[in-house]
Amino acid sequence: MNKLSSLPAIAACLLALSAPAVNTASAQLLINGAGATFPQPIYTKWFSEYAKVDPSVRFNYQGIGSGGGQKQILSETVDFGASDGPMSDANLATAPRKLWHIPTVAGAVVISYNLPGNPHLHLDGPTLAAIYLGKVTKWNDPAIAGQNPGISLPAQDILVVHRSDGSGTSYIFTDYLSSVSSEWASKVGKNTAVQWPTGLGGKGNAGVAGQVKQASGAIGYVELAYARQNGLPYADMRNSSGVYVSPSIESVVAALASASIPEDFRFSMVNSPGEKAYPIAGATWLLVYAQQKDSVKGQKLVAFLKWAFTEGEKLAASLDYAPLPGSVQARVLERINSITF
Amino acid sequence: MSADSYNQARPSISQQARRRWVSRIVTALMGLSALLVMTPLFLVLYFLIREGASALDWHFFTQLPKPTGEVGGGMANAIVGTLVLLGMAAAIGVPIGVMGGVYLAEYGGERTNDVIRFTADVLNGIPSIVWGMVVYAMLVVPFKTFSAYAGGVALGLMMVPMVMRTTEEVMLLVPQSYREAGLALGIARWKIITVIVIRTAMRGIVTGVLIALARVAGETAPLLFTALGNNFWSHNLSEPISALPLQIFSYAISPYDDWHRQAWAGALVLMLLILVTNLVVRMLSRGRPQS
Amino acid sequence: MDPLGRPRSPASQAARGSRWADRNFYLLALLAALTILGLIALVGWELYRGCHLALAKFGPAFLANSSWDPVSDVYGALPFIFGTLVSSLIALIIAVPLGVATALFLTEMAPQAIRQPVITVIEMLAAVPSVIFGLWGIFVLIPWLRDHLFPWLHSTLGFLPFFSGPIYGVSMLAGGIIVAIMILPIITSVSREIIRSVPNLQREAAYALGSTHWEVIRIAVLSYAHRGIFGAAVLGLGRALGETMAVTMVIGNRPEISASLFAPGYTLASVIANEFTEATSDLYLSALFELGLVLLGITLIVNVIAQLMLRTFSGSSTGKT
Repeated sequence: MNKLSSLPAIAACLLALSAPAVNTASAQLLINGAGATFPQPIYTKWFSEYAKVDPSVRFNYQGIGSGGGQKQILSETVDFGASDGPMSDANLATAPRKLWHIPTVAGAVVISYNLPGNPHLHLDGPTLAAIYLGKVTKWNDPAIAGQNPGISLPAQDILVVHRSDGSGTSYIFTDYLSSVSSEWASKVGKNTAVQWPTGLGGKGNAGVAGQVKQASGAIGYVELAYARQNGLPYADMRNSSGVYVSPSIESVVAALASASIPEDFRFSMVNSPGEKAYPIAGATWLLVYAQQKDSVKGQKLVAFLKWAFTEGEKLAASLDYAPLPGSVQARVLERINSITF
Repeated sequence: MSADSYNQARPSISQQARRRWVSRIVTALMGLSALLVMTPLFLVLYFLIREGASALDWHFFTQLPKPTGEVGGGMANAIVGTLVLLGMAAAIGVPIGVMGGVYLAEYGGERTNDVIRFTADVLNGIPSIVWGMVVYAMLVVPFKTFSAYAGGVALGLMMVPMVMRTTEEVMLLVPQSYREAGLALGIARWKIITVIVIRTAMRGIVTGVLIALARVAGETAPLLFTALGNNFWSHNLSEPISALPLQIFSYAISPYDDWHRQAWAGALVLMLLILVTNLVVRMLSRGRPQS
Repeated sequence: MDPLGRPRSPASQAARGSRWADRNFYLLALLAALTILGLIALVGWELYRGCHLALAKFGPAFLANSSWDPVSDVYGALPFIFGTLVSSLIALIIAVPLGVATALFLTEMAPQAIRQPVITVIEMLAAVPSVIFGLWGIFVLIPWLRDHLFPWLHSTLGFLPFFSGPIYGVSMLAGGIIVAIMILPIITSVSREIIRSVPNLQREAAYALGSTHWEVIRIAVLSYAHRGIFGAAVLGLGRALGETMAVTMVIGNRPEISASLFAPGYTLASVIANEFTEATSDLYLSALFELGLVLLGITLIVNVIAQLMLRTFSGSSTGKT
């Protein structure tokens, strides 16, 4: 019987071991949020900084994916959701109460590649769409070579890599391709996941970057912060004014400045006008109910959001995100002030 | 038997030599297979240590995760969270699994056993994310909150069929004569099962439970929609709770080098946790005399 | 045997007490066993509830449709079913011979001194989490396959359609190999248990006939244990079908039906893992639930076939081993 009783004993030990640890922290209010992975670094940074401002509340954010963020806020299992793409009208209509999009920051998606010598490439939208449609299949295709005089491109097959998991990054990328290529818009369209005409799928930024890094002749898209942190080469993209622009915080800020942002804050900023605007960029949103159910949590949430749009935005650039322009921040603050609880 | 027929039946020398050679070659191939089967473990461990060891320090085990951009911090809450979730999973999976195994090995008729065994095998084949979806619909949506309970239930339910099948297998290996001896002595059936059969099969059952625990300890998918994860200590079990696989997953797909290092370190710790538990209990169970 | 198997002891109070305890113990065990049936019903029901939208929209055509287009909300399961079956089959082809050979080595040949360490190592291999195999697969296995094994296969067996076409590294074959590694421990350990249960009398009889070591194994052990070994393979197949994270990371995630094993593929479990968290439209989510139901169905069919085969294999020797 000794041995028989050892198993429950092990389980009990595990629980006993963890019990004090579970109870050590004092009882603080916990506000839960979940959704997009792309803004996760800046959100966790905000929450940790805000803990110094108001120690009585903790914000727990988990990056489970934009679709997950939308679903969870709709079923009210979290206190706020987060998404890289705006919700569709159909989805928004299923919300039990008025649900608001609060844009927070914007970021760029960069085109990375693996070629001998890692030359600095220049690309335009139609060429990129043709590559992802499987129409341009060689690196020395005139469509690419024509934009890159002076660079000797190999007669190598282009290995197209895309995200296999649904992601906000894919949403921004396909949103861009749809805006520059009518063929892409009609054949494939834009979404967090689409039916890719060609190429391999990699899981997450790391999966795509891993395949681009490993296979010569590969091309893929990743977030700017990811490409920077991992030293990947990336292309300058031709914007709507015909200028080749390198992805950077400045060029995303420029794109944000010229994007038109409607009343409900659901906007697209790909291919924004302006000479300095980088074309493949998108914003990310928090999803918050206009009428908060729990007045204590609602109050704390609103206080945090106000802080985020006054102090928090200043932290964005250090993490490779573009802050919202001042005029937009003011509009967002107005919206936050109207949240009731 | 006459000498003549004996000579006919005896194989010639060359034939014997050939047979011996075949035997040797096959033996060598089998040894080679064993080597080949072991290789992946060493390769995996080597890379885990190479990538993860540098990020392992005291802080890793004692501190909460630091926000982006600040180097350092640890996974203390995730380590504890994993232990809590495993404890809850074992509390659900072990009693049900072992008792189910007892039924299969000791009571069930052939037809009933076929159905239950078959169902258990099917359950084992269900991808873990499906368990996450099921428990999400069962516990998270109705109660409108992610919780440690939901995570523990998801892992516990996954353990049930695994523990049940291994328990049954090892109990069937206990010779029938043990049971008959007990019956002959007039000992009650349930006592024969608990005192004689389960005890004899204990080592196998423990191994089965540990394999099941080890398998669910590394699961990410069923926790994504149940335990959710938590950047802090959890105050009570009805709040979201952190777990090592969740933290590894979240850090691995992030763009920051420091987080990648932590992800590898977390993977190394998870691996060590699993291996050490395995080894310790193995030694404990071997140290005791077998009944 | 009498299901309760109670001994006929003298009718005393103690006996009545133990009968009561016996009854409760039996009921408890029965309840635990029935939990399994409850669980499968729960899973089946939740999956069904989740996918009624897709069922109503696509009907049986879902299984034969090979497009997967979240933008226009058209979904089909065919390439995923194909990928699941092919990658599992590859895994079995690799893992069953290796696992059984290792089990034979451990039970029949290995000296005591190396037996236990090898067993320990194999059990540790079973403990490696899927996500860690995935990481290792991407950074270690895939480059090696792409630069060494695949080119070699291509040049020696390239005349077969399976080993032709361009080499990316991530592929159906890579998925099969990683699954093979992951199901090796279970196949090995179950085979080992089976082989160990072969009575020594069998072996001694074969030795007495003057058989060599291998002949003893072939005649006395394998012919006796083949049924159980088949069971081990089925158990491995069950695991292979549902393997998720590691496969997702190496198989290439492309819903495509191709004869070449170098081409990327996609499995049912992978697509659920990849897209479940990001499915935004209700029909999309519903289609993913239906894939879960299809996976459940495939494991069911595979197990039924296996059980039927086990019956024919076992012939007259039915009943518990």
